[in-house]
Amino acid sequence: MKLAHGIIALKGIIKRELWRFLRQRERFIASLVRPLVWLFVFAAGFRSTLGIAIIPPYETYILYEVYIAAGLIGMIQLFNGMQSSLSMVYDREMGSMKTLLVSPLPRWFLLTGKLLAGTFVSIMQAYAFLLIAWFYDIQAPWLGYVTLLPALILAGLMLGALGMLLSSFIKQLENFAGVMNFVIFPMFFMSTALYPLWKIKESSELLHTLASYNPFSQAVELIRFALYGQFNLYAFLYTLAAFVIFMAVAVWGYNPSKGMMVKKGGGPS
Amino acid sequence: MSTTLAVQTLSYAYGNKAALKNIDFTISKGECTILLGPNGAGKTTLFSLITHLYDSRDGQILINSLDIKKQSCEALANLGVVFQQTTLDMDLSVLQNLHYHSSLHGMTRKTAAARIEEELERQGMLERQHEKVRQLNGGHRRRVEIARALLHKPSLLLLDEPTVGLDVPSRKGIVDHVHTLCKNDGLSVLWATHLIDEIHPSDQMIVLHQGEIKAQGSVNEVCDGDSTDDIAQTFKQLTVAKA
Repeated sequence: MKLAHGIIALKGIIKRELWRFLRQRERFIASLVRPLVWLFVFAAGFRSTLGIAIIPPYETYILYEVYIAAGLIGMIQLFNGMQSSLSMVYDREMGSMKTLLVSPLPRWFLLTGKLLAGTFVSIMQAYAFLLIAWFYDIQAPWLGYVTLLPALILAGLMLGALGMLLSSFIKQLENFAGVMNFVIFPMFFMSTALYPLWKIKESSELLHTLASYNPFSQAVELIRFALYGQFNLYAFLYTLAAFVIFMAVAVWGYNPSKGMMVKKGGGPS
Repeated sequence: MSTTLAVQTLSYAYGNKAALKNIDFTISKGECTILLGPNGAGKTTLFSLITHLYDSRDGQILINSLDIKKQSCEALANLGVVFQQTTLDMDLSVLQNLHYHSSLHGMTRKTAAARIEEELERQGMLERQHEKVRQLNGGHRRRVEIARALLHKPSLLLLDEPTVGLDVPSRKGIVDHVHTLCKNDGLSVLWATHLIDEIHPSDQMIVLHQGEIKAQGSVNEVCDGDSTDDIAQTFKQLTVAKA
């Protein structure tokens, strides 16, 4: 593969995702409404019942809304990752995935390009959310908004790769709802997005163990620290490892000779 | 005449169910080969293997002497495809769809713009380039797909039942256009269909049934081989009587 060809193709894949995204304004609004409802309604309601002690990266007592903000950014990326995977299943059913897969580029590159495109969209959503949150007095240091970017890229890639992995295993669009219930909700609720680990430990050891091994928790922690200009090495390595594993399985899943598409005997449509 | 596509002893199975058995044929430069077979004959499976959407352990596929398994990127660069189902992005404009495709083939914006204009002009679709694909009728969508498949100047064009659902004038327009491309541009074509009236007397023919090639050669050769003078009769005999 020539470098110039790769760059042109990557730009094309990202541009297509952006065109699609801009044409689907409801998707953008929905992606913002979800975390905002959690922020304005859920977090406001729980503010008095859930006190947060001083834990890194926060240097003082914080309101619950401030704690939950990082988790809600993670939520945006989690839903976006699943949305991308849903669109890949849809594209496969509708046939437009074929256009991508028959182009003269290595499959891993095409899938990575698709993943980067989805991550790019999720980052725009995350910053739009942070802008609204800023007016709601959830304000991070200015530098945090910059250091957040690499964290969002890695977290977005990891969650997008998970979505891609799922899409390679899901044969039909109808099966997707089940996966949403079995993947998104457990991942979100059994994580540090809504409550810190020590708080979960107080209630259940099992939940605490599950939450600490949940890659989504580590992605949220990576985001949380980055938003305050800090680097969480453990969260970074954990998220990176999860990304590499998910991506490898996803590429395997889309391999024409070894993947699940063949094993299922689904055959071409 | 040089060989554009060579399919050699190709077999494929979905689990235990054989979809293609020992398929062998070649397509030369500028040749239009009609792959004729009833529904379920294995046409789409064959296309999926040629486009490397699927991989087969048995047999070999060469596009311009490039092995689709070992040199898939180089081989696919020579290939243009129109799938049975529309693969255009409905929410994007004609132009956006074509630019997306050109970027996947590594074409610079300037080259792409010139090629898009040329192909849309040839398809009589230039004036509709800014319209959303969703607003186009079936025939026009097909024309856009053919323009797209030819953007990167492939040497082999695969058409998987491209006229399904189209009215008679649209079908005739596409059939004539593709034959002109073979004649004037030296494009090689593999056209899967189950519609007899899409065959020109000058075409090569492959009759596929239940995953096996039942007959192949020029239209006359295939008809002579079955002692009939009519393609429809031959097709019926090959796919019904021997079923």
